[in-house]
Amino acid sequence: MSAPGPTNVGSSVSYKQSSAANGGGAPRCQNGPAQTMYPPPTGHYGAPPQQQNYHINPVQSTPVHGKVPITNNTLSPNYYHNNQQQQQHLPQQHVANSSYTAPCSASSSQSYASLPSSAPPPSNTQYTQHSFQQRHPPYTTPASYYGQQSYQVPPPPLHHPTVVPAPSSGSETPLHPIVSYPSSQGISQYGTLSSLQGTSTPTIISNQMGAPLHQYNTSQPAPTTPVHPGYGGGLPSQMAPLMNGQGNPVQAPLQKHYDQSHQTLQSYNSYGGVGHHSGSGDADRTPLRTPSTSVHSSPGHHQGMQYGYVGNNGANSASTIASDPSAAPSTSSSDEDEDEDEDEEAGGDSTSSSTGSASPVPNSYDSLEGGSYPDAMLPSNNLTNEAQAYCNYGYPSMQQAPVSCPDSASPNAMYGQSSYQQFSQPFPNLSQLSAALGGLSGVPELEMEALRPVNLLQERLLLPRRPLEAPEPNISADLKKVNCSPETFRCTLTSLPQTQALLNKARLPLGLLLHPFRDLQQLPVITSNTIVRCRFCRTYINPFVTFLDQRRWKCNLCYRVNDVPDEFMYNPVTRSYGEPHKRPEVQNSTVEFIASSDYMLRPPQPAVYLFVLDVSHNAVETGYLKYFCESLLENLDKLPGDMHTRVGFLTFDSTIHFYNLQHGLSQPQMLVVSDLDDVFIPSHDSLMVKLKESRELVKDLLTSLPAMVSQTRETHSALGPALQAAFKLMSPTGGRISVFQTQLPSLGAGLLQSREDPNQRSSSKGVQHLGPATDFYKKLALDCSGQQIGVDLFLLSSQYADLASLACISKYSAGSVFYFPSFHHIHNPTQLEKFQRDLERYLTRKIGFEAVMRIRCTKGLSIHTFHGNFFVRSTDLLSLANVNPDSAFAVQMSIEDSLADSSLACFQAALLYTSSKGKRRIRVHTLCLPVVNQLSDIYAGADVQAITCLLANMAIDRSISSSLSDARDALVNAVVDFANSYKSNVSNLQQSGLVLPASMRLFPLYILALLKQKSLRTGTSTRLDERVFAMCDFKTQPLQQLMRMVHPDLYRLDDMSDQGALHLNNTVVPQPHLLHLAAERLSRDGAFLMDCGTTFYLFIGKCCSEMFIQDVLGYPNFTSIPANMSYIPELETLLSERVRAFVDWLQDNRAFSSSIHVVKDDASSKTTFFQHLLEDQSESASSYQEFLKHIQRQMS
Amino acid sequence: MEAAVFILSLVDCCALIFLSVYFIITLSDLECDYINARACCSKLNKWVIPEMIGQCLSTVLMLVSMHWFVFLLNLPVAAWDIYRYLKVPMGNMGVFDPTEIHNRGQLKSHMKEAMIKLGYHLLCFFIYLYNMILALIND
Repeated sequence: MSAPGPTNVGSSVSYKQSSAANGGGAPRCQNGPAQTMYPPPTGHYGAPPQQQNYHINPVQSTPVHGKVPITNNTLSPNYYHNNQQQQQHLPQQHVANSSYTAPCSASSSQSYASLPSSAPPPSNTQYTQHSFQQRHPPYTTPASYYGQQSYQVPPPPLHHPTVVPAPSSGSETPLHPIVSYPSSQGISQYGTLSSLQGTSTPTIISNQMGAPLHQYNTSQPAPTTPVHPGYGGGLPSQMAPLMNGQGNPVQAPLQKHYDQSHQTLQSYNSYGGVGHHSGSGDADRTPLRTPSTSVHSSPGHHQGMQYGYVGNNGANSASTIASDPSAAPSTSSSDEDEDEDEDEEAGGDSTSSSTGSASPVPNSYDSLEGGSYPDAMLPSNNLTNEAQAYCNYGYPSMQQAPVSCPDSASPNAMYGQSSYQQFSQPFPNLSQLSAALGGLSGVPELEMEALRPVNLLQERLLLPRRPLEAPEPNISADLKKVNCSPETFRCTLTSLPQTQALLNKARLPLGLLLHPFRDLQQLPVITSNTIVRCRFCRTYINPFVTFLDQRRWKCNLCYRVNDVPDEFMYNPVTRSYGEPHKRPEVQNSTVEFIASSDYMLRPPQPAVYLFVLDVSHNAVETGYLKYFCESLLENLDKLPGDMHTRVGFLTFDSTIHFYNLQHGLSQPQMLVVSDLDDVFIPSHDSLMVKLKESRELVKDLLTSLPAMVSQTRETHSALGPALQAAFKLMSPTGGRISVFQTQLPSLGAGLLQSREDPNQRSSSKGVQHLGPATDFYKKLALDCSGQQIGVDLFLLSSQYADLASLACISKYSAGSVFYFPSFHHIHNPTQLEKFQRDLERYLTRKIGFEAVMRIRCTKGLSIHTFHGNFFVRSTDLLSLANVNPDSAFAVQMSIEDSLADSSLACFQAALLYTSSKGKRRIRVHTLCLPVVNQLSDIYAGADVQAITCLLANMAIDRSISSSLSDARDALVNAVVDFANSYKSNVSNLQQSGLVLPASMRLFPLYILALLKQKSLRTGTSTRLDERVFAMCDFKTQPLQQLMRMVHPDLYRLDDMSDQGALHLNNTVVPQPHLLHLAAERLSRDGAFLMDCGTTFYLFIGKCCSEMFIQDVLGYPNFTSIPANMSYIPELETLLSERVRAFVDWLQDNRAFSSSIHVVKDDASSKTTFFQHLLEDQSESASSYQEFLKHIQRQMS
Repeated sequence: MEAAVFILSLVDCCALIFLSVYFIITLSDLECDYINARACCSKLNKWVIPEMIGQCLSTVLMLVSMHWFVFLLNLPVAAWDIYRYLKVPMGNMGVFDPTEIHNRGQLKSHMKEAMIKLGYHLLCFFIYLYNMILALIND
């Protein structure tokens, strides 16, 4: 099969086609054996065999374990027509498998072996063929792409889990007898796993299983106190993947599991901070056997997330292992297949189940929620302790009974009791709820504080000592506890006005700020046959619905009554029947469902990535290509995806170059298309290739590409046609296109003219050309969006490149825009570093494909305007071709009907997406807010940060549709109107001056900060592209990040004390106070840290103590600090540790890590630092005091 | 002569009425999510220019036949149509832009506009009818 064709990259086969000749007919491109070798493309995702594969699915399934249902999700298999009947043992095990490999190799097992890890027989589908499999029925194969797995289980012992004695392969490995059922084992393409997959001997297998997961045995009555490995403190999460890979059981992150016998539906898993569960070693030593309850959490923060699923899968298998046979009378559906559920993404979910009347296996949860963690109920501060956060957010319900008995002699008994108790608890009904609500009509102190009138002209020190937290909605403690995290879902008014009239009177915008796909520390994932939704408005069941009785619930959005399905009556957490209100859906306001085929319009797509690279002379000059290739090479294994991941490359200057990377070629082959008027695709099946098969070719290409184009003299850029080609290439599958562009497109469709007049950059009149110059990019973006293609734009240009037009391609296809002004690999190291960091995050971050998001709200509310990158498909439905964890959305709401019927209003955002592993998932967030009819209550609950962000979005829309000065005026008017309204309606003081309620005291400051932003400022020289990029950024940045960019946080570092410091994992994180952004707050003898979101500035005063400079920067005195220092050295001094701990802590939850610049008091870079001191007067903008006076004048 | 002018106007007016109804139906389809924004906008944008021409035609007819009152009645609507067409921003895909139509209540305002136009065209229809009959009788 090896193609001896013209495979040399250098000798590119060029398809010159005279455009006049014929409209780009495909026939011309038949030269080269490579093309002819493979069948013409037809199917969905490429060649027919593959397509076949999508549907074939595990015909072979069959666990003969008869009664032992495998618990994992039954959904995707169903979708794929898998006809796995229970008990059926079909001979052909390998249909799917072979189909995959059809094109390239005869022996399926070998085909897989081509993984880079060169793990001999990787633990994927192949396992089925190995002989050991027969011996060890339980071991199932992991996954093939669509959840089909071909495992084959010989008729084994029925009713009993097989016990596989774990070999003591590692010295530390305790003997775990592992009881396993066929269950899935995760495969991963990631290198770390290869060691796991390496062997095919049974012993290793069991080891393998034992390794990543640690079960505790809890069901033995009264073993030692169940160990709570977790919560302790522990491993830095980064280590987790590593540990997994090594299979070192003692240290591997503990995966606790709840094994819900198969009946139960879900497992809770969290993305867990590994930290929670580290220390599991002890637990492991507990001899295990039998149904164990385990929860497990996958390691990882976002970075680690990709690895996380390894653990999960392990956990899955573990859960099956633990299942008690007796509890598994035949499940209702054909759940026997287990799919591998590689839920890397969710970090974890595991068990699933089907309905069934299983008597719950008594089990102890101690290991899970841990008696050792009795204080879980306390409101916790998730900043200080992740473990607490886990409990707090996660499963409040579970803490109730079982947990409270940490040392119980017999967990089983305990458990039983508790579940009875719970059973007998009455359902909360409407009256109770409202009674509960009635009781809180106050929280008077908070409210009083929020309403305290503040005279801004007199009070100067307005900033809180620590960065502002989101105000808490004034609802009952129970609801507060389950309400959606403000980082995900935030409303500008945490107390909603009853009517539009009242809202108008308040003069504040009503809207939501959403960050739906953000990386979560923990997320309950639910696999269930039926996803319970309101029959009328399709709202997902959520914590704020009301159970009228056991069988009926009332939707909180449309107030209609629905039945509770049977399946929902069973609570997998407590394993008891008849408590629907204890189900995880009803206990968590953020949950993720594994969706069934009802939620698919077509088979879920694989992860497909196309990189479109500018290789014109200008691009080569900037030198980005080398760094791009390096970064991609480095992260090739970390691209989110599975074995079906496809990649492709396309470069362009005045022509378009495709790269044939078909498996079997000895070198990548370049195909040149010079017909720009009617771009055609020279070869359909070999341009987008499976990464798994063509990895070597991809690596070859990436290594040779920078050198190949280094001599180019071509200055034109045919971006438009290249994008059209990319669209054609991707439209069968959908996926992500990453475009790297370095100049104004100058050829073919979509060419643009320079519209910027450099002399107008600092004009204080209007700014022209903020909108697109052509609708070409918008149309193309809509086409892309229709085909589920997201386009991300990286613009690295030093000249004007008309970002306003180019950005449309990303804006409407739900992509993201990155801009690196004046990028040059030598002359601009700062941008280079930023490019590398951003690119790494970009390549490795999570991604969801073919997504849609619907935002539902309580009857009476309606959505007025959306802000963000997406296409609005209908009134409440956003179409997101790609969704990434770093982009946020804003929504303006209006009140159409009075909300007086109810004291609560809810918003629900449901994001349906395909994970990079080809699973359809739904992430649901629900936010509940009180409805009030008093203006003062509205003001007390106003969220000044959210209001600022929403106003910023509105101002940007205004400046594009109308003009910049209009937008600026509107912002100022927003403050004036609000102050007037407060003065006339609420404040009864006859005070002169500018008086605002304390909750809104920062409003004028933030508005002033907005007016001084790049996007909205006038008078200061701002390049058009930078301005437009700042506008794009405003629309997509999540709130916290946006606020830091708008109003940076300033801290003094040289006099930090440990007072009030946080203690996290043995490090002490000092908490210095926030300072106002004014030069008067700086001093010559201090050191200040400014956190601008994407950058930190460390300002060193001229007379800064030498001790600080020595201890933190490692230089003897002020003069010896170099001018462009951009790191903080790791010194062994206490001060250095504190400073680094603080900076790291600030960076902790940020998607894109920030760079740090040391700014000396005398350096020229001082100006960039001083530019951020917003309260001071600048060349063209007023100071804060002047602004306040201006506002006061405008009032009257 | 006069009768011919009014007959022509009547026909023109009928066409405009149908167009208004078509706009209303399509927009309400969009509102109910029966069609997607892209399809809806491309359907409607096709008819923006014909509508403008139809409106201008009747305005011009009234002008040349020196029916000042009816001309003044027609003029603002024709002016609005032309203004609306000209003020479309460069990057937009026509008067109806699929990316904007769900924002800022645009759908509602388009709907309102189509309703008002329908009423207006109906009014014109009867005026033309009356004038036509009058002209025919006078002949």
